[in-house]
Amino acid sequence: MGEWPILSLTTFVPIVGAGFIFLLARGSAETVARNSRYMALWTSLITFALSLFIWFEFDRSTAEFQFVEHVEWFPDLGIAYHMGVDGISMMFVLLCTVLVPVCVLASWESIKDRVKEYMISFLILETMMIGMFCALDYVVFYIFFEGVLIPMFVIIGVWGSGSRRVYAAFKFFLFTLLGSILMLLALLAMYLEAGTTDVPTLLATEFGYEMQIWLWLAMFASFAVKIPMWPVHTWLPDAHVEAPTAGSVILAGVLLKMGGYGFLRFSIPMLPEATEYFTPLVYTLSVVAIIYTSLVALAQEDMKKLIAYSSIAHMGFVTIGMFTLTTQGIHGSIFQMLSHGVVSAALFLAVGVVYDRLHSREIARYGGLWNNMPRYGIVFMIFMLASVGLPGTSGFVGEFLSLVGAFQVNTWVAFLASTGVILGAAYMLYLYRRVIFGRLVKEDLKGFSDLSFREMAVFAPLLVLVFWMGIYPTSFIDVMDASVAQLIENYEAALQAAADREALDAAVAASQ
Amino acid sequence: MTQIPDLLPALPEIFLAIAGMALLMLGAFKGDGATRLVAYLTVMSFVIAGFLLLVVVETPAETFNGMFVADDFAVFMKILALLGSAFAVIMSQRFIEREQMARIEFPVLFLFATLGMMMMISAGDLLSLYLGLELQSLSLYVVAAFRRDTVRSSEAGLKYFVLGALSSGMLLYGASLVYGFTGTTSFSGLAEAFAGGGEVGIGLILGIVFVSAGLAFKVSAVPFHMWTPDVYEGAPTPVTAFFAVAPKIAAIALFVRVMIEPFGELVQQWQQIVLAISILSMILGAYAAINQTNIKRLMAYSSIGHVGYALMGLAAGSEAGVRGVLVYMAIYLAMNVGTFACILCMRVNGRMVEGINDLSGLSRTHPLMALVLAVFMFSMAGIPPLAGFFAKLQVFLAAIDAGLITLAVIGGLTSVVGAFYYIRIIKLMYFDDPVESFDRPIGNDMTLVLTGTGLFTAFFFLFPAPIVDAAARAAASLFAG
Repeated sequence: MGEWPILSLTTFVPIVGAGFIFLLARGSAETVARNSRYMALWTSLITFALSLFIWFEFDRSTAEFQFVEHVEWFPDLGIAYHMGVDGISMMFVLLCTVLVPVCVLASWESIKDRVKEYMISFLILETMMIGMFCALDYVVFYIFFEGVLIPMFVIIGVWGSGSRRVYAAFKFFLFTLLGSILMLLALLAMYLEAGTTDVPTLLATEFGYEMQIWLWLAMFASFAVKIPMWPVHTWLPDAHVEAPTAGSVILAGVLLKMGGYGFLRFSIPMLPEATEYFTPLVYTLSVVAIIYTSLVALAQEDMKKLIAYSSIAHMGFVTIGMFTLTTQGIHGSIFQMLSHGVVSAALFLAVGVVYDRLHSREIARYGGLWNNMPRYGIVFMIFMLASVGLPGTSGFVGEFLSLVGAFQVNTWVAFLASTGVILGAAYMLYLYRRVIFGRLVKEDLKGFSDLSFREMAVFAPLLVLVFWMGIYPTSFIDVMDASVAQLIENYEAALQAAADREALDAAVAASQ
Repeated sequence: MTQIPDLLPALPEIFLAIAGMALLMLGAFKGDGATRLVAYLTVMSFVIAGFLLLVVVETPAETFNGMFVADDFAVFMKILALLGSAFAVIMSQRFIEREQMARIEFPVLFLFATLGMMMMISAGDLLSLYLGLELQSLSLYVVAAFRRDTVRSSEAGLKYFVLGALSSGMLLYGASLVYGFTGTTSFSGLAEAFAGGGEVGIGLILGIVFVSAGLAFKVSAVPFHMWTPDVYEGAPTPVTAFFAVAPKIAAIALFVRVMIEPFGELVQQWQQIVLAISILSMILGAYAAINQTNIKRLMAYSSIGHVGYALMGLAAGSEAGVRGVLVYMAIYLAMNVGTFACILCMRVNGRMVEGINDLSGLSRTHPLMALVLAVFMFSMAGIPPLAGFFAKLQVFLAAIDAGLITLAVIGGLTSVVGAFYYIRIIKLMYFDDPVESFDRPIGNDMTLVLTGTGLFTAFFFLFPAPIVDAAARAAASLFAG
């Protein structure tokens, strides 16, 4: 496969599939819906198969960008279509390609209206997400990053369930757009400074201290909204509650990671001095997010909202981990993102299972499901415990490594963040008890059937991943190790160079 | 015996003038029944003029003692203006037949307006500038009031005329001041006069301010925008579609040329003016559109906002800035023509509707039209990978390059506000249930226009090079001269 543009193939196969659905799905409404479903499923499976090549062919010993593709695009402006992955981005591509078929399956029966448009939106969304993680040109990255808004806006607004779906869709769109526009300006400023938008070149470019501060803030506006950090997180619970199940899955599973990935790819390596300057701010916001949103999650009546708030708390660990700039911390934060991508996706799917049956997300409407849905109870329990961070599941590794990283840098941050682990256990177990345990007294729950074969098929790959990541994390840590090591090395070298420069300036000033 | 000037550089204009008169004669002999024929011939004339422009005219050239300039910049903008006019004539054809407005003067007036635009774009002298401007404006006043038996249309025409005459007066007054203080009206003469970089008198500055005010009126930039919403709403829809595109392009071209060529050395003086009207236009365009319920009014405010963004490129005063303006206008053309084609399809039971709410549920009744309109709306909001994003990218880039960070930040923030009303239209089309279905079929002409502009807007990112390169050449030619 060496000669093939494997990344472009993986990126654009979904949109080609969407084109086929658009053109070929004709006939009666019933036929169109069925054909669209199958075509979307096959497209996403082919994409997944393609992405497996990336996984197997990936050279784990180097921090270089691999599978690089480079085509001129705006030659006058020095903007090129440049793709490539390294240890940081590669696994996110796989996360996307795993989750999309799962989403298509999960929407098989719950989406009945405008199936064709739904599947097209989802496949376009997949292209945008994969492209964003592969892009090695800032403009290309930005286009994919921002292009995600269109399909997601439509998915929330058209197939959303609640009465406030329009509000949620607008809030999602405008919040993210506001952040992104500021990043666009930062991008242009960097371009004018460096003369190119090529990411590897930008990584090697040094920006002045003053400029770094402003650039960092502009990028922070974008990534902090996306990840999301307190206090710009408010769009997330709304968007999650109103989105259809698969929309929430993608939102929690991949879209939130775009912010974290942005920090790792752009903010930290390109603007090291500003990163150092703002690290206390990030710690503070993250700790506040962990404690505050965990407490808020405890008080939720709505299952999806609860999980949404728990996502914000988990993302707090991610930001703490990566800004420690220690090996364990960054390993932990990437691992936590991947793990959260699987676990929160599965939790939203679990909510979707009962939502499809009762059409309510209110916790109080449920109770005692263990009696007639034991398989569901087990699946839900595994993911719930993974979210809490039980050893042996993926959640543990991520949280543990992040905290180890934090402990090396600042014990108070580590201490305060650890309270989040305890609170996390509290709200998740409380949720689980109210929904699954207890006596089955509510009449409308008694007719519930247990997980169907299709639903089992949806959960199966996620279950495998949760245990694989929890029991043998090395196969994932190996992938990122070289890239992370290089990231830290460059970061420290840049800080050292800045310190040397300062010392030199001081010496020159003193000698005069 | 005076020498006959070289006519070759002005050949497309001469051809259009002759064609216009011939068509007028044709109409006079054949009567209003020949409107359709005249319209087709008008479009043909545009095509031939475009062909002459691209193939026969050699750039750079000037004639009529420097009053008429043909350079790459002029060619680029003229092609855009011709395209805009041709689309407008095509789109208006069915409308005027349906609404009993089919009179042969209608396409011919479009033609003369276009001729005026081309003169404006090629103006090399304050006098020829005025000449072209007036030829364009007078034709436009008449088409705005073309439906003279309705109050709204005549009101629109009258308003446009009174305010337009006022602005022409200001422009002329400014031109006379400039002439009084420098002794010349030719652009190259003015550029020479300022080349020394000496002290600029207050009288001259006043002259430049008046000229800018007159031009700002023509591009409908704040604070000279008041006429725009009323005229857009009142004029018959195809006329609005025409107003929104071709005259805007010509006026922007004129604005750019006047600021860069004769007053290029005085960037310091006029930059603040352009900066201010750019910021005000972006802000007003974004906020005032939020509460609109009439789609034509909404488009009026949207166009005010877009002019603000285009002027951002001019405010940079650099070659990159002008290139940004040119790319912006090219993309603006496609988005606006397409959007107005959609608006022209908004008919329920044979009568035109203009309420934004009439678009509710369009995705269910006319899925393809809704898709295309959604593409235009997202593109106008500047969401990648659609064309509008690249337009904004170019002007933002120029603004930041020129150190106008504040301008760029304000532009970014207003584009988020603006995004609100664009996605509101998408919300209506996709999230809401249909009320009444629009009439079918929408007609081959509209399908053609919608497909063309829609594909261009959606897939501009695949082949940006031809337009960006042409714009770069055009911008370079302006700075070379």
